[in-house]
Amino acid sequence: MKRRDFLKSVSGLAAGAALPAMPSVISSAYADARSETLLIVSEGGPNNLDIHGVGTNVPGYEVSWNCYDRLISHEMKTGPGGVPYYDRDKFKGELAEDFKIDDMSVTFKLKKNAKFHDGAPVTAKDVKWSLDRAVSVGGFPTFQMSAGSLTKPEQFVVIDDYTVRVDFLKKDKLTIPDLAVIVPCIINSELVKKNASEKDPWGLEFTKQQTAGSGAYKVTKWTAGTEVVMERNEDWVGGPLPKIKRVIWRMVPQAGNRRALLERGDADISYELPFKDFQEMKASGKLNVVSLPFSNGIQYIGMNVTKPPFDNPKVRQAVAYAIPYQKIMDAVMFGLANPMFGAPKDKPTEVAWPQPHKYNTDMEKAKALMAEAGYANGFETTISFDLNFAGVNEPLCVLVQESLAQIGIKTTINKVPGANWRTELNKKEMPLFTNVFSGWLDYPEYFFYWCYHGNNSVFNTMSYKSAEMDKLIDGARAAAATGDTATYDTDVKGFVDLAYSDIPRIPLYQPFVNVAMQKNISGYQYWFHRRLDYRAMAKV
Amino acid sequence: MLTMIGKRLMFAIPSLIGVVIVTFLLTRALPGDPAAYFAGPAATKEAVEQIRKKLGLDKPLIEQFFRYTNDLAHGDFGNSLTTGQPVAAEIRNRLPASAELTLLGLIVSVVIAIPLGVLAATRPGSWVDHLCRVTTTAGVSLPVFFTGLVLVYVFYFRLGWSPAPLGRLDVFYSAPPAVTGFYLIDTLIARDFEAFRSACSQLILPATTLAIFSLAPIARMTRASMLAVLSSEFVRTARASGLSPATVIVTYAFRNAMLPVITTLSMVFSFLLGANVLVEKVFAWPGIGSYAVEALISSDFAPVQGFVLTMAVMYVLLNLVIDILYGVIDPRVRLEG
Repeated sequence: MKRRDFLKSVSGLAAGAALPAMPSVISSAYADARSETLLIVSEGGPNNLDIHGVGTNVPGYEVSWNCYDRLISHEMKTGPGGVPYYDRDKFKGELAEDFKIDDMSVTFKLKKNAKFHDGAPVTAKDVKWSLDRAVSVGGFPTFQMSAGSLTKPEQFVVIDDYTVRVDFLKKDKLTIPDLAVIVPCIINSELVKKNASEKDPWGLEFTKQQTAGSGAYKVTKWTAGTEVVMERNEDWVGGPLPKIKRVIWRMVPQAGNRRALLERGDADISYELPFKDFQEMKASGKLNVVSLPFSNGIQYIGMNVTKPPFDNPKVRQAVAYAIPYQKIMDAVMFGLANPMFGAPKDKPTEVAWPQPHKYNTDMEKAKALMAEAGYANGFETTISFDLNFAGVNEPLCVLVQESLAQIGIKTTINKVPGANWRTELNKKEMPLFTNVFSGWLDYPEYFFYWCYHGNNSVFNTMSYKSAEMDKLIDGARAAAATGDTATYDTDVKGFVDLAYSDIPRIPLYQPFVNVAMQKNISGYQYWFHRRLDYRAMAKV
Repeated sequence: MLTMIGKRLMFAIPSLIGVVIVTFLLTRALPGDPAAYFAGPAATKEAVEQIRKKLGLDKPLIEQFFRYTNDLAHGDFGNSLTTGQPVAAEIRNRLPASAELTLLGLIVSVVIAIPLGVLAATRPGSWVDHLCRVTTTAGVSLPVFFTGLVLVYVFYFRLGWSPAPLGRLDVFYSAPPAVTGFYLIDTLIARDFEAFRSACSQLILPATTLAIFSLAPIARMTRASMLAVLSSEFVRTARASGLSPATVIVTYAFRNAMLPVITTLSMVFSFLLGANVLVEKVFAWPGIGSYAVEALISSDFAPVQGFVLTMAVMYVLLNLVIDILYGVIDPRVRLEG
């Protein structure tokens, strides 16, 4: 081959290769499909379409939320920045036409025209079967139900074809809200039973692969790890018919590409981008970026109080004075979070959670406290974080490490792989760590029950135990159930004050959930589960 | 020939058994507790135990192993927990995606690298030689994800020539009925030319990324082995006999220089197939590499074992094919088991 021929063939090849890359001719049908379709890109996708399944991941919750109905749901109110925000205290019927709360039970009347995706009517026995399933399958769903004192199948009583009663085991303010979370979804019991087996009486294998609900959308195609396609259910009665006909949800692992897809206008919505990207997109103004605080959620630094040196409250306070709060806000979060520090000295404690504490970065005070505690020369320890959220955790820990070194605490950073993080938390041996906790149910006593109570749940990561704290938390829970506002208020203020003077965990900030979308997308709503609700969305 | 193939396959069996045992033990040695991972963020200790039981992880290791081999013998690779699907089905769906991409990347690479290597060898020290050296060094020095991102940035984000990096097909086309699993072939079988065009344009950037990366070993190996052959005596004889330079280079030298190139090719191919994880990540390609890495991150045993086993089988088969090719190219190579 002569040099000239070679070059010719190479350039010919290049030209040939470039041809199919030309923008394809857009037919009108194609454009129509586009305008009625919502294209979502995110990093991860569901591993199970049923929230009752074994180990269903968070993206799976989004599918369940949109493809199944619950008896009741929350009303909307206007939240921060004018974004619709779920109203913690107001409920509306979804499958229930009407519901009546009595002293020790609640009765639901079902909508008579409600149908499952296969056309079967939604009846009281489907409701009972579904709720029985939620409290019986074990794992996360059963646990979530128990948070609202829903633990026994006997609690769910069929009155007639379209009436169901839920009996309370005890008075619990969280029972009604717990019926509006994702877990108590209503499933097509006849269809699932047909596909259940002796080994799998609840038909989990069947509902893992397909949706069997009455919700506004149904999954028509699911390729795990690649895409989920959902079509609108034209007969939905849970609310006004959604405007989006089809939802295509593609998994794009690379954050940079998700941003490129948004900026080029190819994708409609994305979340899970680095904070820096969100901040830049916000500044450029080409896209709508919604940032709302996690309800009942906090990123914190935790200390294991069972072992020295963090068993000494003076040391914990010293650490609280040595955290570079503002630097973390600026350099790690790019301002996309609510600060939870540096409240004015004279600010009274509120009956609310989360609320900022009064510590500030004050190295002199921190050094003095270290000396008082007998650690004038400091000590060595490790600070651990979950690698799954390394984007935030790693720079955060580096900043903390740098700051603690100034008061003599030498820290080594321990990066724990995501798969191992929960095991490590459960062991409760890490001396110093950072983590996020956020509760679905937005009540201070719910947060404190899980995170500070002496019954030492998984989330009491500090192994904190205090008789006084337990008394206040239990007091608030009892007062909430009976409606004793005065006691409730004192107890809530009491446990917040105690948590901040004893400071076993140091709140840093309330993180934001960030969603970026095209300007022509409207109807985004914030929900406690922080996933998308397609039902209210529209594309102009 | 057939006995040779049979013999070779027989010899592969012990290594496959070894692979099964080693991957089983290695995945068990991974840090992390799958039961705790899949029990979800809010799980109690009892919930974790329940899940452990459901997954059969409470049984002694040896029992787990026998159960695993028994399932394997029945063609059951187990279920992936992260995607919720049977591993065998997933690998069957994902392998063609990776293979199509890798093959195309390799073809592009070969088409550029071999002529480049041959030209560089025939004119050592000339500009072609330098060009060859510079491009190959640059190609192999740039990390694949970086090349991929740069290509996406330039051709998709800036110029808009290339379609969105959203996997194998544009979102609004549906996949052709699976015959070979290769979209380029399946779309043609289905006579769906628009989908063919879409599949083709989705392939260009990732295949180019892979090609750039694999240029170096192929071009360098071609050059080195051509240089060795060109300085040998039979080439001098051919030249002295007055044969045209083209005949000397193509018929005599190139054919003799092919053997090491073929070996390199096979190595590059198998390496790319498993190692193009980053390219798959960048282009949201539903391939086998990203699948295995996802599984590894979440301590999901079954897909990791399935992946390693599949790769082992592929290596065995590939080596066999290469050995057969040797015999075809150079009859002097004796095939013995």
